[in-house]
Amino acid sequence: MIAGQLPALVVVVPLAAAPLVVLVRRPVAAFAIATAACAFSFFAALLLAAEVAGAGPISYALGSWPPPWGIEYRVDAFNAFVLVLVSGAATVVAPYGWRAVAAEVRRDQLYLYHATFCLCVAGLLGMAITGDAFNLFVFMEIASLASYILIALGRDRRALLAAYQYLILGTIGATFYVIGVGLLYLVTGTLNIADMAARLPAVPDLRPVLAALAFVTVGVSLKLALFPLHFWLPNAYAYAPSAVSAFLSATATKVSVYVLLRFYFGVFGLPLVVETLPMPQILLALSIVAIVSASLVALWQTDLKRLFAYSSVAQIGYITLGIGMASREGLTAAVVHLFNHGVTKGALFLLVGGVALRAGGAGFASLRGLARAMPLTALGITLAGLSLIGVPGTAGFVSKWYLVIGAIEAGRWWLAALVVATSLIAVGYVWRFVEAAYLAEPGPATPARGEASPVMLAPAWLLVAACLWFGFDTSFTVTSARRAAALLLGGAP
Amino acid sequence: MSDAGLVGAALLAPVLGAAGIALAGRSPNLREAVTLASAAALFASCAALLPRVLAGERPALALFEMLPGIALAFRVEPLGMLFALVASTLWIVTSVYAIGYMRANEEAHQTRFYACFALALAATVGLAFAANLVTLFLFYEMLTLVTWPLVTHHGDEEARAGGRVYLAYLLGTSILLLLPAIGATWAFAGTVEFAAGGILGEARLGGATLAALLALYVFGIGKAALMPAHRWLPAAMVAPAPVSALLHAVAVVKAGVFAVLKVIVYVFGVETLAGVRAADWLAPVAGFTILAASVVALRSDNLKRRLAYSTVSQLSYVVLGAALLAPLATVAAALHIAAHAFGKITLFFAAGAIATASGKTEVSQLDGVGRRMPWTMAAFAVGALSMIGLPPAAGVLSKWFLLAGAMDLGHWVAVAVIAASTTLNAAYFAPIVYRAFLRPEAAGGREHGEAPLSMRAALCASAALTLAMFFAPELPLALARALEAR
Amino acid sequence: MSAFASHYSYWVTVFLMATGLYIVIARGNLLKKLIGLGIFQTSVYLLYIAPGKLIGGTAPIVAEGFRVYSNPLPHVLILTAIVVGVATLALGLAIVVRIREAYGSTEEDEILAADRASGGGG
Repeated sequence: MIAGQLPALVVVVPLAAAPLVVLVRRPVAAFAIATAACAFSFFAALLLAAEVAGAGPISYALGSWPPPWGIEYRVDAFNAFVLVLVSGAATVVAPYGWRAVAAEVRRDQLYLYHATFCLCVAGLLGMAITGDAFNLFVFMEIASLASYILIALGRDRRALLAAYQYLILGTIGATFYVIGVGLLYLVTGTLNIADMAARLPAVPDLRPVLAALAFVTVGVSLKLALFPLHFWLPNAYAYAPSAVSAFLSATATKVSVYVLLRFYFGVFGLPLVVETLPMPQILLALSIVAIVSASLVALWQTDLKRLFAYSSVAQIGYITLGIGMASREGLTAAVVHLFNHGVTKGALFLLVGGVALRAGGAGFASLRGLARAMPLTALGITLAGLSLIGVPGTAGFVSKWYLVIGAIEAGRWWLAALVVATSLIAVGYVWRFVEAAYLAEPGPATPARGEASPVMLAPAWLLVAACLWFGFDTSFTVTSARRAAALLLGGAP
Repeated sequence: MSDAGLVGAALLAPVLGAAGIALAGRSPNLREAVTLASAAALFASCAALLPRVLAGERPALALFEMLPGIALAFRVEPLGMLFALVASTLWIVTSVYAIGYMRANEEAHQTRFYACFALALAATVGLAFAANLVTLFLFYEMLTLVTWPLVTHHGDEEARAGGRVYLAYLLGTSILLLLPAIGATWAFAGTVEFAAGGILGEARLGGATLAALLALYVFGIGKAALMPAHRWLPAAMVAPAPVSALLHAVAVVKAGVFAVLKVIVYVFGVETLAGVRAADWLAPVAGFTILAASVVALRSDNLKRRLAYSTVSQLSYVVLGAALLAPLATVAAALHIAAHAFGKITLFFAAGAIATASGKTEVSQLDGVGRRMPWTMAAFAVGALSMIGLPPAAGVLSKWFLLAGAMDLGHWVAVAVIAASTTLNAAYFAPIVYRAFLRPEAAGGREHGEAPLSMRAALCASAALTLAMFFAPELPLALARALEAR
Repeated sequence: MSAFASHYSYWVTVFLMATGLYIVIARGNLLKKLIGLGIFQTSVYLLYIAPGKLIGGTAPIVAEGFRVYSNPLPHVLILTAIVVGVATLALGLAIVVRIREAYGSTEEDEILAADRASGGGG
């Protein structure tokens, strides 16, 4: 009975937790409810993923209105994977917030943090699970509004401006998306994604469809911070509370990538995206510029949080690069990197948060001699940094491998060369940290000896361990990604 | 113990050793006992594997599925056995030496030093036993990363600069060239497993493609120090002497040439390469490296730098042996991995001992040092003989096989290179021995005797091994010959 | 002429869209940007609602004598979108209030200048 309702519960539980938290208000209870809701979603997402892997896609009619009239929640191999990533990241970050956010947010406002966190989780999960294009917009706005609030909670006053800028650009992005969906609705008369895809080939006039494609692409690209629409991201990640940076970098952009993939391959279809319009070429070009320019900018940052924020823009470039290849290997790389980068960047931001809390900031001056002051934190950042580079034995390597293989099999040697060459820039910015932490003598800004609190360190190291684990045992990540790629390209898994 | 168990034990011994070293960091005696114990355990595991490999078995261990169709897997074949045996034997000797060296020089961060050292050995053994290219790549990169803290051990500006060059060359070449090469192999052959006779033969690639792929491999494996990818080795000389001795004369550099040899024999296949003459360009490049590095060595006054360039030169003997694609030359390449290791580690031990006892680091300062440090310089002389290729030291064996292989083929360029390089080797090693024993000491020098006992014992042991390999070459020869037989 | 006239609601939509976006981009005042954003969002409401209306159609209640109905779905969708728009505007205004408290200004260039003066990167 309950099992049949899982697709709804996975979203509804964190959604309902938010008002409950507001009613309860007491920080301890608020924390407990939020964490429990996230953990429940994670558990439910795992169950759903297992069921989808065994029995194929699940269709859930919300309120028993059958699709395409009612809203359908549809779980398949791809979004089950995304659900696991989002709810998993939420479950790891929620306990971290207990100490980290308490230090950055006023105590009487703590419950608001937990409530908005739940809303953000519910919104992102809803974006991933829904099979209805307009419902997706609503969830997108729930997640976005919650994330604007979360970012604005940062201690630095620049967090406010970052949140404002993100609000403006995010709203424009969501509105573009909804314009695209509106045009699609006008020509197909349906909002159900699967139904839309089925009706689209019969549409006689291509022009509104192409316009819709353009609007959806620009709108979602704003959300996923595709170059040159990434300007909101570095400030937002740099000034948000660390828990928020970690959660958003692990999930928000990733879910948007999911939406883009879903629309490209699940609605518009390969012929339209690849043959009628040069989308792959456009994506490749933008991705390459993103990877190169953002990596180079990251190299010159003086603050570790900003450095990792720019690195996020570059890493998203690798994901869209995989999409731009529009091949089985490329899509596998994109989906697997979506997961691996989420785990890696989540770990990094959680660890940097620990440093920022102890040192009052994450500027390079406070990183000098960090290996002696906070050995576990420094080691964790180094290991996750290796995953960012793509060293074998880390999750990042698996993504790089598929990108290289995808490029070589398509005969694009220059692309393979580019992927490996830009990894070297990542070596540069990761090694700036390593040299500062391990070789420099501690300076006046270095925190006193002592690790961050265990409730912060444990979730962070859990993700670091995941970075390493998914570098060795890829049966979950790569299998899921290959299934997703096969699903998107419409072949048998 | 089962085959897989022994392979696992060999891999785990140094890893557990590193963990134990980290835990025992407070007590130096306990920490160093753990180092020696894990070195002994590694050696015992390798020694236990040896009879099985000689009997024709190929002990294997498969762990994870790292990528679909590519497992993290190990398979012990003769060449890997030889390499692992050499490395594990010399780790024991080096540990004894390192204890004396680190204490006498009052080095900082000793726990980190011993732990990274153990991890470097774990990476070496993993690389030696790797059953496929991806596993090899994994340990290759791990070896680079765990030796970086050893290279930058002193933490000063010079060490940092050296560490940057080290990383830039090793990570740069491996990510930029080796990774695409492995990816291309996977794309062409559909597998990355090492197999007798190679895996690229089926793909029927053209000569130009194979030559390009081979170039990606040999330059991508920067640890082989083929010019122009050799700059990292002199840069790594900022490290403490035991690191230069074991890692930058044995483990890291041999990992490079070992990988090159393995790629040529087990990935390309000697016959595939010879069939389309795709490796013709490699012998001249290796020959050039041999001679050019020797010339640089001749002009270097710094002893460690001279030894480093000598290593660059000697490594290319192995590449040359592999590039000739003849059975005898391949045997020579495999033998040289062992022969050069024993000799060169002795030389570095001696250099470290001289620096520790007298503070002298330049060749021009070494006048008369042999009278103050007779044991050290006698061992140095043995190492130098091995480098030049004179009996009764091990170096003559591999050089003999290489020469015989080149003559069989009528490859007169190679013969000329070997002859010229022997002369050059003599020209830069003989003066050191001459200065040390026959020149009078400069006035006003510091009073000093030999280095501490443990260092002296270690360098005498490695010199003895160099001699022993000449008088009893059966074991390495048997392992090397197994390579030719396939 | 006829294509222009019969599609006049689209022209209004496009005009509002462009106006809104222009204000968001061109204005430096944080409040004015939000107003532009509101106009931009409003254009989308029109985009959805206008095509749902059929000339001569009535509310979709099945009754004698009525055969032509307007599509009710866009209205429902836009009701939701309006709620989202209001929430966004409210949140935006709240953030602007906080920004004014923190910086004493709602002009973007003055705020950026204040940040530069306090030593932070832009």
